[in-house]
Amino acid sequence: MTIMTDPPKESFRLSMLLNDSRYRSLTLQVIAAILLALVIFYLANNVATNLAALGVSISFDFLGAPAGYDINQRLIEYTSQSSNLQAAFVGILNTMLVAVLACITATILGVFAGVLRLSNNWLVSKLMSIYVEIFRNIPLLIWILVIYGVMTVVLPAPNAFRGDDPSASMFMGISAFTNRGVYIPGPEFSRIFGETGILSAGIGWLVAIAILVGSFFGARIVNKRATRIQEATGVRPATLATNLAIWFLPLIAFFIITGLTFVVPVLKGFNFGGGIKIGAPLIAMWLALSVYTGAFIAENVRAGIQAVSKGQTEAAGALGIRPGRIMSLIILPQALRVIIPPMISNFLNITKNSSLAILVGYADVTATLGGITLNQTGRAIECVVLLMLFYLIISLTISGVANVYNNSTKLKER
Amino acid sequence: MNKSVFFGAMTVASLAAGAAAAGTLEDVQARGKLNCGVTTGLVGFAAPDANGEWQGFDVAVCRAVAAAVLGDGNAVEFVPTTGKTRFTALASGEIDMLARNTTWTLSRDVDLKFDFVGVNYYDGQGFMIPKEMGVASAKDLDGATVCIQTGTTTELNLADFFRANNISYEPVPIETNAEGQQQYLAGACDVYTTDASGLAATRATFESPAEHVLLPEIVSKEPLGPLVRHGDNEWGDVVRWTLNALITAEELGVTSANIAEMSASAGGSPEINRLLGTEGTLGEMLGLSASWSKDAIAVSGNYGEIFAKNIGEETPIGLARGLNAQWTDGGLIYSPPFR
Repeated sequence: MTIMTDPPKESFRLSMLLNDSRYRSLTLQVIAAILLALVIFYLANNVATNLAALGVSISFDFLGAPAGYDINQRLIEYTSQSSNLQAAFVGILNTMLVAVLACITATILGVFAGVLRLSNNWLVSKLMSIYVEIFRNIPLLIWILVIYGVMTVVLPAPNAFRGDDPSASMFMGISAFTNRGVYIPGPEFSRIFGETGILSAGIGWLVAIAILVGSFFGARIVNKRATRIQEATGVRPATLATNLAIWFLPLIAFFIITGLTFVVPVLKGFNFGGGIKIGAPLIAMWLALSVYTGAFIAENVRAGIQAVSKGQTEAAGALGIRPGRIMSLIILPQALRVIIPPMISNFLNITKNSSLAILVGYADVTATLGGITLNQTGRAIECVVLLMLFYLIISLTISGVANVYNNSTKLKER
Repeated sequence: MNKSVFFGAMTVASLAAGAAAAGTLEDVQARGKLNCGVTTGLVGFAAPDANGEWQGFDVAVCRAVAAAVLGDGNAVEFVPTTGKTRFTALASGEIDMLARNTTWTLSRDVDLKFDFVGVNYYDGQGFMIPKEMGVASAKDLDGATVCIQTGTTTELNLADFFRANNISYEPVPIETNAEGQQQYLAGACDVYTTDASGLAATRATFESPAEHVLLPEIVSKEPLGPLVRHGDNEWGDVVRWTLNALITAEELGVTSANIAEMSASAGGSPEINRLLGTEGTLGEMLGLSASWSKDAIAVSGNYGEIFAKNIGEETPIGLARGLNAQWTDGGLIYSPPFR
């Protein structure tokens, strides 16, 4: 038996950084990192030097200065005397409005088109293929222009509703479809909230939403109680009437107390007044984003459904479940796991593509902060940096929220 | 792969740094071509004609500068710019000068770091509306939908005008004049507003111009003129004095018809001699040839000829000289002396 002695402990030599495989990769990575840092420093320094040479200074003071221009669609208080920052917020809200609306409709459209494309009905499935292929393969920019162009040319100007024998008349006497937008009756609280300023009406709607949330929790308590009784006795008490009452009675009572009335738009002066105006630019953006992205979502949905094994459908069929319920109860829930990740990127696309809005005069954040403010103040670098920051934050938020949902639906491996 | 991108970016950055440092005059002479920013198309001011040749009031200024610097009025690369892109294009060096009915304002001059070299058209913002609307004054426009080119001073003037008169309106922002024209004709907006000269030019292209009226209110001062980057004074001087040469030529009666004869030899008028370089060394002071102003005027004539040919009363645009008459005729067009 020999006694193993420890190999003589080598002292660290500088050459080992390159020759010793234990250290080599680390050395190379450190060198690469230093080089990268130098290059970034060089570029940043170059930009700073060139900007200084051109006499450009970076300052965000302009955000507090009055914007000086007007915006046609405002979800919050804004006048031409408001600050550039406020104008940016108006734009941000407009961006979010069109993005949220388009995400909802694109999803609905996409799911229907995706499911119907797999239909056994030849006509339906071919129609859906045509929809997907046409809308997916023509640039969004062109769709926006086409929809807006068709709206402006085909729909009548408000002027056509004027006179004793107008060439256009209001739809069912309460809505007007014009080439400047669609005017629909708008709800107004005539009693408690007094004159319908944006703020007071806003409070009214907040209260209404609070009531709905309350109803939601009320209904949940009733349903939980019903489930408990069912588990204890085997008989589920009837909850339909109670649920309906919880959902609708408080809201109706609130509306009666506040005197909710619908104001029908009427032609006064150059335009329709009263009611709610959905501007043509918003409609064009909303429709174009929906049908364009809807086509992509349809393909995701189709892929997701086809990823679910055919055996599932057959097994469900063997149990006597009807085709509609097979789709909604068995196939779609499983397909969701495949559908959701690409769906997130489609939602991100909608949000980012909404920056094309200036094309049709929709005042999104690219049009206000990145357009008019940028032009009027000449602060191009600052505006673009803020714009990038906004889109980055909003996109990361969307994907963050969507990933939480994805984690809740994905296959749990234990 | 990443490395090559970085080296590419470095090269571009270094090149850009090089371009910004040298004088614009030398750059233009070395390039043999003047990069001149114009509108994307406004008939009378700058628009390509049937043969694809750029023509117009602003284009003539570009051609005159090219002739003064390079001796050839066709050595111009016209860069169409929108209201939004024009300043970035000039600041970045993509164009050497901007002649695009741009209003001279303090903030553009000082804050955006440009130099306006003069005024070639005194304008004001007006309103155009279909005649059938029966509107006689801009003060009756309460509640109207107004088409407006975004990124222009008109946008701010409009807000000020409506606020001062305590009436409301709905703005429809548009990018280019062509788009505005289409929206206006389709009735998507009641009123189209921009500089009165631009409105006249736009109306001239309509099928039935008589059905549209310009309202009498002129709500702003819009001195339009060519501009260059701040800090390159030699180049600014070249553009400024080329414009002045066109104006002085009209004042002194030098036209494209008689310029060859007048510049052949020194004549009786010392001022004309100095202007045309047959006497004195004005061209040399500017770093140009002695015949610079002769070349500039020869391209499309003096200021008055350019005005009459492109936007004057004989043209479909039909603008009267008004404020833009020579100071000797009671207008504001006035050039410092050539001395």
